[in-house]
Amino acid sequence: MEWLVFVVVAVAAIGTALGLVIRPNPLHGALFLVGNLFCVAVLYLLLRAEFLALAQIIVYAGAIMVLFIFAIMLLIPGRAEAGPDPLARARRLALPLAAVFGIAVILAATGRTGGPAVAASEGGIGAVGRLLFTDYLFPFEVTSLLLLAALVGALTLAKRRVNP
Amino acid sequence: MTAVPPAYYVGLSAILFTIGVVGVLVRRNPLVIFMSIELMLNAANLAFVAFGRAHGGAHGQIIVFFVMTVAAAEVAVGLAIIVAIFRARIRINVDDLALMRW
Repeated sequence: MEWLVFVVVAVAAIGTALGLVIRPNPLHGALFLVGNLFCVAVLYLLLRAEFLALAQIIVYAGAIMVLFIFAIMLLIPGRAEAGPDPLARARRLALPLAAVFGIAVILAATGRTGGPAVAASEGGIGAVGRLLFTDYLFPFEVTSLLLLAALVGALTLAKRRVNP
Repeated sequence: MTAVPPAYYVGLSAILFTIGVVGVLVRRNPLVIFMSIELMLNAANLAFVAFGRAHGGAHGQIIVFFVMTVAAAEVAVGLAIIVAIFRARIRINVDDLALMRW
């Protein structure tokens, strides 16, 4: 089972990485990269690194890639949403797909929750938290300084000059 | 049922890293190059987690946590630089940018 998941996810990861490099449209590349990040998150789960898997999805796929897509949209002017819709046939499937998704979510939310409790393993989230706030406390604090510096730097760069 | 040995994860990480290198070398759009760099960081993270798993303990995961933080900061500043460059000149193509070369 673990092998099966690994092989499928590994092939998907390589495929999405190649998609990023090969596709000419940077927006497609960004979406391929999101897929790749999700594949790696699944691999983290296989490696019992649950905290990293969730952080990967929230930080990378959620925050960093949104920033990328914003930059792509800002820099590469796309076509206006006018004229004949090239995806008219595909869009007709949107409502049925949304209905299927909604049913799946409702089933998942109302169904049996919580499997058997997983024994805390060495290297689980508890160990990560303990290490982070004891042995690695100083690097952790330095990280906050780094983020502040990045914030100020990005703001300074993005600010429009009043007198160029 | 046996667990997948860490060597397979490291091999996959090497493949992903190589694809990222190819992306940096062959693409000319700075955004795609930047995303390829993210791909390489991600591949290195995967290797860290695999080695950490083989070693036992959570040290590998801690390092990946820090790499993620640095990557977030890097993306914020890098995209700000790209947007600033784009404001100055309309075409974005890294081969045209010799301003900081000497």
